[in-house]
Amino acid sequence: MTVRLNINGTVHDLDVEPDAPLLWVIRDEVGLTGTKFGCGVASCGACTVHINGEAQRSCVIPVSSVAGAEITTIEGLSASGPTPVQEAWIAHQVPQCGYCQSGMIMAVSALIAKNPSPTDQQLSDAVTNICRCGTYPRIRAAVRALATVKG
Amino acid sequence: MTTRRMIILGGLGAAGALVVGYALWPSNRIGRADAMAARPGERFVSNWIKIATDGTITVVLPHCDMGTGIFTALPQMAAEELDADWSMVRAEAAPADPLFANGALGEGFILSGKGIYPENIPAFLRGTVDNGFRTIAEFMNLQVTGGSSAVRATGVYGIRIAGAAAREMLVKAAAARWSVSPDECATKMSRVIHTASGRSFGYGELAGEAANFDASSHPRLKPRADYTIVGTSPPRFDIPRKVNGTTHYGVDLVQPGILYAAIRISPVFGGRLIGVDASPIAGKRGIVKLVRLDDAVVVVADRFWRARDGVAALNPVFDHRGNGSVSSALIAARRTAALNGELKSDVKTGSGADALSAGRVIQATYQVPYLAHAPMEPMNATALYKDGTLEVWSGTQDGLGSRAQCAKTAGLAMDKVTFHLLPMGGGFGRRLPGSFNFLDYAVKTAMAVPGRPVKLIFTREQDMQHDYYRPNVMSRFRATLGADGMPVAWVNDYTTDDSANTEAHILYSIPNQAISSVKVPTHVPVGPWRSVEASWHGFFIESFVDELAHRAKMDPVAYRLKLLAGKPRHAAVLKLAAEKAGWGAPMAAGRGRGIAIVECFQTIVAHVAEVTVAPDGSVKVDRIVSVVDAAMPVSPDGLIAQVEGAIVFGLSAALYGEITIDRGAVTQANFPDYPMVHLAECPEIEITLQENDAHVGGGGEPGVPPVAPAVTNAIFAATGVRLRDLPIATQLAAHKQSASM
Repeated sequence: MTVRLNINGTVHDLDVEPDAPLLWVIRDEVGLTGTKFGCGVASCGACTVHINGEAQRSCVIPVSSVAGAEITTIEGLSASGPTPVQEAWIAHQVPQCGYCQSGMIMAVSALIAKNPSPTDQQLSDAVTNICRCGTYPRIRAAVRALATVKG
Repeated sequence: MTTRRMIILGGLGAAGALVVGYALWPSNRIGRADAMAARPGERFVSNWIKIATDGTITVVLPHCDMGTGIFTALPQMAAEELDADWSMVRAEAAPADPLFANGALGEGFILSGKGIYPENIPAFLRGTVDNGFRTIAEFMNLQVTGGSSAVRATGVYGIRIAGAAAREMLVKAAAARWSVSPDECATKMSRVIHTASGRSFGYGELAGEAANFDASSHPRLKPRADYTIVGTSPPRFDIPRKVNGTTHYGVDLVQPGILYAAIRISPVFGGRLIGVDASPIAGKRGIVKLVRLDDAVVVVADRFWRARDGVAALNPVFDHRGNGSVSSALIAARRTAALNGELKSDVKTGSGADALSAGRVIQATYQVPYLAHAPMEPMNATALYKDGTLEVWSGTQDGLGSRAQCAKTAGLAMDKVTFHLLPMGGGFGRRLPGSFNFLDYAVKTAMAVPGRPVKLIFTREQDMQHDYYRPNVMSRFRATLGADGMPVAWVNDYTTDDSANTEAHILYSIPNQAISSVKVPTHVPVGPWRSVEASWHGFFIESFVDELAHRAKMDPVAYRLKLLAGKPRHAAVLKLAAEKAGWGAPMAAGRGRGIAIVECFQTIVAHVAEVTVAPDGSVKVDRIVSVVDAAMPVSPDGLIAQVEGAIVFGLSAALYGEITIDRGAVTQANFPDYPMVHLAECPEIEITLQENDAHVGGGGEPGVPPVAPAVTNAIFAATGVRLRDLPIATQLAAHKQSASM
């Protein structure tokens, strides 16, 4: 059977099982590898994408449940250069290994879209992704800087 | 006979490229090892610098990128000596080839003057030692990224000298063109300048000719006062690609016709596959093959999720080889018994343990659990076996060692094996030699489906349950105090899975010491975990010193300072950390401050932790104030980032980290039962760097060891509860429960 997915504004008709996990369909079928596999149980957030603007963990989402939805991956976050969040990440030299950062940036971008000046507490509540390199202090600093600019 | 011959690698890189390189020793160097080790620090120049005609300077590194910033810091060291225009400097990983083995690490750093004996091999490299270190050749197959060694070894003994040598050759080339003496020339911003006439050439113009000149055996190194690039913090080269998803890690590899594989390894370490019924996956979509290995089953499919679901549907039967009833409790009982048995002495000063008779003996026994590494990118490798050759792609902490391992596993000669080193989503020691099960399984799987590339990915559960763990270690201390409250005797006995640990040696001046170990191997595989031995001995030593200070009714900072007499660098770090943290200022009830200082990998770190312990026993670490003496920060911001990360890494372990063994297998499987610090639990972190003229220290690991003792010492200050076992969360809850009963 075919599942129709709208990813980064492009429609893909994919011959996959309805319960195939969105993460692996994005990576292996569509070929977008910026979205990462970390845990497979929606615990770490490395696979975070936007579904209709909401940050969601794609490793446990069956593709059939998001047919027709607007799916955005890190590759589709911006059509023209880095976003303010990505620029803040560069300015604060946030990433270390970088593996979790696609998911981090997707989670933070979804938060900032709704709340441009989140407090530390609001950031911690909304972004529960795991970074094993421990870049949290810089994530916090980058978001504080964004909040200052916007606020 | 020439022991080392400079070679010119024409045609490497862009046309006209200059490659500063020195031929390495032949791979079989056993007979010449002493001569090598006896001549340290003389000319550890290697194949590290390419200059293109357009002036681009590429520093080719015998390392891999796991996010520590060395792909920017090491080029800084080369560029500094080259007097390069930083905007023209790049970095790339060296091929996994013996020509690019890291002589600066192997010969210059580790073996310098010490001889080739197992006890001279640091813990993070023990995995490179094959069969009890029979052959130096394998040890020299080094392209290791670990042991916080990139800057302090590769940089100091290799890259900066290669930079200085390249500069000298460029000067000679320009001087020859002008028919002047090289002494009349200066260098600046990637140009050679004839001082008297003001004429100049860019490095790119000179590169082709410069390659025909020799560098002297001791090229001029800049005095530190003249540095303009080292000691600054240029933006890291790798970061722009890490914020837009375009860095391709091992797991992202794409190859035409690629297949995917998922594995189920015997849950009990060392178990053997008895059999598996293939019928649950018969006829399932996309399944290509069921591969039966000695200790695992692998399902190969056209997509990863189909392979994963396929292997999950199987019910393989394993023989547990007698380890099916081993538990954490049993291992702890064996360790306790061993500590009461015969011990092997490592350190004895003064009258050793006999000095305990001088007074009342204070005794405490500590324990740390097994820990998984759990890097964000689970273990994976892609392999293609075709026509008797093997090609492998993976992110590991040793490209050349990986190639050797794949060759060995496949039963092929090294020249039949190609290894492509890819960026890693975290290493922390998990991807070091000796911990290469993912390569072995990928190679064996590929050999079962010849002609097709196969990407084997561990699920998080397989990754967590088939790691090489930070060992579970038990350590018992006994001490007696003199009339002034200071220790007269220090007696420490600890368990080890392999050899004695140098990190058990103490910084403190105590007249009578006896440090001994007892080997208690188990069937649980262990390996280097960020900061290795210091991760446990740092906790043990800094906890027990704290106990002694409280027993002596002395301030823990003042007590340590007295014990650090004659160690001004350590004392300065400790004092500054206390001062920055406001040590001694009163705190509210339920709050406490703790300090710890550890030196490892040539860097001294003191942390002061501030904690709040709630009435329900839950702990919040509010702030960590840290002082770091790595002598010469190459990139100060990069070093700060590493220490921030180390603090968070150390805190996850201290608060939550625990791998337990039940029925021979690991109990924990994924992040929900092996929790991590998130943004919400991340304390405020304040780091101050110290600078001095000592040898530059490592950056990646030294921030880890003082975290756990600083926090448990703070918990003691807040509550009077002394935690001698980790992790904190479960131990504090257990303490609270036993106190209320």
